[in-house]
Amino acid sequence: MNFTYYPGCTLKAKGKDLDIYARKCAEVLGVTMDEIKDWQCCGGCYTTSQDEIATKLASVRALVEAKNNNTELLTLCSACHNVIKRVNNDMATNDYFNFRVNNYLKLDQPYNGEATVIHYLEMLRDKVGFDKIKEKVVNPLTGKKIGAYYGCLLLRPSSVMAFDNPENPTILEDFIKAIGATPVIYQMRNECCGAYCTLEDKAIPKKRSDKIIENALSKGAECLITACPLCLYNLKVNGGDKIPVYYFTELLAEALGVK
Amino acid sequence: MKKIGVFVCWCGSNIAATVDVKAVVEACKKEPNVVFAEDYQYICSEIGQNKMADAIRDYKLDGVVICSCSPRMHEATFRKTAEKAGLNPYMIEVANIREQCSWIHKDIEEGTEKAIVLARTAIAKVLLNAPLQAGESKVTKRALVIGGGIAGIQSALDIADAGFEVDIVEKKPSIGGKMSQLDKTFPTLDCSACILTPKMVDVSAHEKINIFAYSEVEAVSGFVGNFTAKIRQKARYVDTAKCTGCRACMEKCPSKKSLNEFNAGLDTRPAIYIPFAQAVPNKATIDPNACIKLKTGKCGICSKVCTAGAIDYEQKDQIIEREYGAIVVATGYNIINLDKFNELGYSDCKDVITSLEFERLTNAAGPTKGHLICPSDGREPKKIVFVQCVGSRGLRPCDKQYCSKICCMYTAKHAMLLREKHPETEVYVFYIDVRTPGKNYDEFYRRAVEQYGVHYIKGQVGKVIEKDGHLEVQASDLLADEQLHIDADLVVLAAAIEADDTARKIGTMLTASMDTNDFFTEAHAKLKPVESPTAGIFLSGMCQGPKDIPDTVAQAGAAAVKVIGLLSKDTLKCNACVASPNENMCNGCSLCATVCPYGAITYVDKEFRIPGGVQVRRVSQVNEAICQGCGACTVACMSGAMDLKGFTNKEIMAEVESICK
Repeated sequence: MNFTYYPGCTLKAKGKDLDIYARKCAEVLGVTMDEIKDWQCCGGCYTTSQDEIATKLASVRALVEAKNNNTELLTLCSACHNVIKRVNNDMATNDYFNFRVNNYLKLDQPYNGEATVIHYLEMLRDKVGFDKIKEKVVNPLTGKKIGAYYGCLLLRPSSVMAFDNPENPTILEDFIKAIGATPVIYQMRNECCGAYCTLEDKAIPKKRSDKIIENALSKGAECLITACPLCLYNLKVNGGDKIPVYYFTELLAEALGVK
Repeated sequence: MKKIGVFVCWCGSNIAATVDVKAVVEACKKEPNVVFAEDYQYICSEIGQNKMADAIRDYKLDGVVICSCSPRMHEATFRKTAEKAGLNPYMIEVANIREQCSWIHKDIEEGTEKAIVLARTAIAKVLLNAPLQAGESKVTKRALVIGGGIAGIQSALDIADAGFEVDIVEKKPSIGGKMSQLDKTFPTLDCSACILTPKMVDVSAHEKINIFAYSEVEAVSGFVGNFTAKIRQKARYVDTAKCTGCRACMEKCPSKKSLNEFNAGLDTRPAIYIPFAQAVPNKATIDPNACIKLKTGKCGICSKVCTAGAIDYEQKDQIIEREYGAIVVATGYNIINLDKFNELGYSDCKDVITSLEFERLTNAAGPTKGHLICPSDGREPKKIVFVQCVGSRGLRPCDKQYCSKICCMYTAKHAMLLREKHPETEVYVFYIDVRTPGKNYDEFYRRAVEQYGVHYIKGQVGKVIEKDGHLEVQASDLLADEQLHIDADLVVLAAAIEADDTARKIGTMLTASMDTNDFFTEAHAKLKPVESPTAGIFLSGMCQGPKDIPDTVAQAGAAAVKVIGLLSKDTLKCNACVASPNENMCNGCSLCATVCPYGAITYVDKEFRIPGGVQVRRVSQVNEAICQGCGACTVACMSGAMDLKGFTNKEIMAEVESICK
């Protein structure tokens, strides 16, 4: 199974673990992740302003690469996934945006949103299959009570992301079951951690992260997993002593015996 | 030569605005056989009808074409007029130039052109029409009511009071439905049980009413006036003739852990049970999924304590076959499953409850004897949040798009009663819109706001989080443009209502059409609101769409009137447009009998004279009383032997040819 892989900046710096474990697991699962040679930063945040295209060009270039490779575009960081998938949707549905981007990029073939963007978790669910993963687990995390932390970016806007039910997602819980652990359902699992507000006013993510962690602890979670480097950062900085927070790929690697 | 008259209706501006009716008249006049053509504003009016009758007489017309609205609208009217004027009613053809032409076209030229084609097509057909005579069928003077809630009860009582026999089939052990679970009813706040129970007793005592409780309709065949239904009377494992309803068995039954359906699962009941005090019939039922004796063979305590000797572990389901002239569907509703609404915490937090559960928690006959407590720890709630439109008026896959209609009023009722009984509690209601049209309804809601001090907040709840034994309700106040965080003790969800899960099965059985939400469709949204498009099937209560008790009772009465009108006839005129086989062409293949949904086709051996002797052949025969004229057999017949009177293959081919001309 081959994918064109877009890692993004954070996965080369603060979020290395997310990437390293993902690659190790992919090997075990027979998935090839072909990293784009000169990928550029996705911009980190999907800008909602309609009058500029500059921050979205990097995403289009990655998408074109996947189209040319004739494979799906695999993402791992929630933020990159959100940006690229939404830009792809713009290219497919917003004629004016599409016109300006193609006009600027002057590609051999105009790009009209033909590529498919798939997140690593979706790949595990839809391409590999959680049942298959269950078979490959050598070190099941039996008895471990894990709270899935979704954050916002994977789920919303739901009409574009089409990732899971935005109010009652189950993909991470199914993943937790696949690696032999016990998912803990808590209500705050899809509430925002405060995200980029941490740059402006640390009190906001502090308040929100506290609430998330408190809620998860009260429902019996022993640790949290996430797919987002920024969520992990906010949760760790604000409550790292109360509950450990891992990237989901780290626990997958542990279960597959490649950590 | 056949003489044909054509009438072109303006339908006010409905047709005339997009179709040049004069041009249609002129075009029709040029058609062969047309001896008369005229336009008029409203042919369905008395003057229009008289004009038609006069033309039939004056011109000695053999056929009439009316270019007007859909035949579903006025074909019957025109046929009656033709008959009065001495013309066979089946010599009338309606060209639909409204729904199929003027309403869907904007350009007058295009509209006119199409109207002319449609008129010409009808002329081509009417030239081949043959006079038809409708047969008659008998009417069985008994009605079947499916569902024993307030809708079914009211319909049954009204039909029975008019002197006709009625059978009520109720799937639960007792009739009474949802209304029996309610505490008070809006807007007058009278006790639900107090007004329902007398009706239940009336049903039980009525000599014309038969109750088949704990029973389900399994199959229905036949047609209006002559239905046959198979009713499965499920085994109660109790002889209802002997059971006195003393409830000694309930006290002694050792298996007491089944969720009590009547109390919305808030407490438990024994395996042998009578669902509630006023149950009708007041007879015990053994739940086979919970009974130790039925599951393991050991126990039998109930049979030992039953002094009447009513327990019968060997009892089997019984199939009863009965005949009916009319069927009333009153299958009711349920509230939706809230498992998919995790954001509101229903499946995770014990203190998040549905309004129906709230109803039981405040009911003197409920699990707490009417003492309102938080289900988690039994404390008295001090702050209560009501959330409206949970699953109603939404666009997500788990939502219903429609308004559930009753929630605004019952939530106002709950809030008001709470403040009345516990003035110290704070009560919040989150709403999208408050919809309280209806007599004394808005006044009722205003009272909750103005006299009882209920905090109504426009905005939706986004999340309910459990925190230190309380519930934190995150919501938005759209008018103040504020995010709210309310620490509540109890959250009550006004869950959307949906059609009962048996509705689809019953709809299929009755060939009664339903909408995408499994609500039964009425024959006409305005003019036939209690009739199903399938003749002889009538609709009562929530099965047709969300409605409250007053509306349900009104509709139940209306459905009953329609049934009484039907049952008071001794015979019904059959459909004259029935299938008819050409025996000379029939090869006896049985294909038509296989496709016939009404079982109207049989086969007989018949003698035919052939050169040099007699040949016996198997040929098809149509029972004209049963045939509904659907035409399935005419399509299926390989040898082209089957024809539908009024829609013969020849007639239809003439229409097609005329369109293609």
